[in-house]
Amino acid sequence: MPPSGIRKFFDIVSEMKDAISLGVGEPDFDTPWHIREEGIYSLEKGRTIYTSNSGLKELREEISNYLSRRCSLVYNSQSEVIVTVGGSEAIDIALRAMVEPGDEVLIPTPCYVSYHPCTVLAGGTPVTIELKGENEFKLTREQLLEAITDKTKILILAYPNNPTGAIMNYDDLKEIVEVIIEKDLFVISDEIYSELTYGGNHVSIATFPGMKERTIVINGFSKSYAMTGWRLGYAAGPSLIIEQMTKIHQFAIMCAPTNSQYAGVEALKNGDTDVELMRDAYDKRRRFLLHALRNMGLECFEPFGAFYVFPCIKSLGMTSEEFATRLLSEEKVAIVPGTAFGECGEGYLRISYAYSIENLKIALERIERFVSKHRK
Amino acid sequence: MRERILTAIDKNSKLSASDLAIMLGSTEEEVVSTIKQMEDETIICGYPTLINWDKINCERVTALIELKVTPQRGLGFDKIAERIYQFKEVQSVYLMSGGFDLTVILEGKTMREVANFVSEKLAPMDAILSTATHFVLKKYKEHGLPLVQTKQDERMLITP
Repeated sequence: MPPSGIRKFFDIVSEMKDAISLGVGEPDFDTPWHIREEGIYSLEKGRTIYTSNSGLKELREEISNYLSRRCSLVYNSQSEVIVTVGGSEAIDIALRAMVEPGDEVLIPTPCYVSYHPCTVLAGGTPVTIELKGENEFKLTREQLLEAITDKTKILILAYPNNPTGAIMNYDDLKEIVEVIIEKDLFVISDEIYSELTYGGNHVSIATFPGMKERTIVINGFSKSYAMTGWRLGYAAGPSLIIEQMTKIHQFAIMCAPTNSQYAGVEALKNGDTDVELMRDAYDKRRRFLLHALRNMGLECFEPFGAFYVFPCIKSLGMTSEEFATRLLSEEKVAIVPGTAFGECGEGYLRISYAYSIENLKIALERIERFVSKHRK
Repeated sequence: MRERILTAIDKNSKLSASDLAIMLGSTEEEVVSTIKQMEDETIICGYPTLINWDKINCERVTALIELKVTPQRGLGFDKIAERIYQFKEVQSVYLMSGGFDLTVILEGKTMREVANFVSEKLAPMDAILSTATHFVLKKYKEHGLPLVQTKQDERMLITP
């Protein structure tokens, strides 16, 4: 199995001591204090023991409340929800629970780095769907139909998307839902960025009639509550699949960290305003970054989700990797080449706005200098 | 738009009108004129700087004084509050609920200066019944911003 494309670039960057970065995939905010305090309190109370495999009952109930409150999804907290070690584990065990050798898993790319390897580890065959810039990196009905064979079992859907910042709204999803039901596919819907959409609420594909029974919804606390280091996520779906996932989870890892789970309860109970404040801050930076990149003459569709902008640099006649490597050596700015998220990311860059405006300004000045120097 | 501008500049008044316009999805003209209106209506009352004076060698003492006062007929507490806030040493004056009436925040060069102010200026006023002076030992946070340490970005430079 090849190492993650992002790893290779990380090794180059880590040797550059004074580089500034727009390359991270995690929030710059600290976890809100009331949530951290609940984690500390759980330690003080000596809650240093395992929880049940599928997670604290109270947390699963809060997750179920949250999904119904924010996403109009109704799940039984006892049988249809499992608490995992970050969204990453949920992706892994969902694939391992569902994939049989020879099954094809459709992976629209560019996408998060773990879908491919986790599919391979589960014994499945990853099938890449190369999303297109002109479609704003949404999955279209035609592209989906084209990729389906009689071996296709699962579609992995990840919107709001890392690395493109793309979202799929109700109408976009409706188009593909018909195909998914007709071809009898399962969907693993990675909705980890669901709270970070701008100009409209997130729509989960599981809300469409006929979809809930074939969808595993994956979400977590990392992005919405700035809790990456707590390693806390969850999956919700049909009890039959959740039951199988719980077995794998039980043997691989027992349960998610207990103090993180207590903090998670507090986040879901009292964290709505924190999310709102962070979303508002990201939105300002998003507009700022998009404006600056377009002013440099870089082609850039408006991303309405996550905290990434995905500009096209084809006009400069450089590959993504060349651009990223030279920008790093000439201007000491680290950004991630689009190719780290799949070959069809060629010609694009992932720029993160999980940084303060002051930081963005400095980095953008340098990028602008670089772009105008290399524009012929 | 007013509220969105105010929330944006509440913690950072240095944002330029053109940056604000981009960040709020508005135009520079609209931002400039809205800010001007709010200045005229004293919704925006000033643009002070948040300084941690402890970090430079400059003697400064802050005191919080609780006052019990007799409200004046027809004027309530406003008249006495005004007589107090006119002094340049006075940073803030609040009317309080609870065990006392006014909170006065004073800044002086030395403790003696503050003590003199309280005993010579405040305490002798007719309406003032009693004073209780508390000196500030250390400021941790002001205007929603921590003064103590700024946090370094400890994230790895590149993460997926």
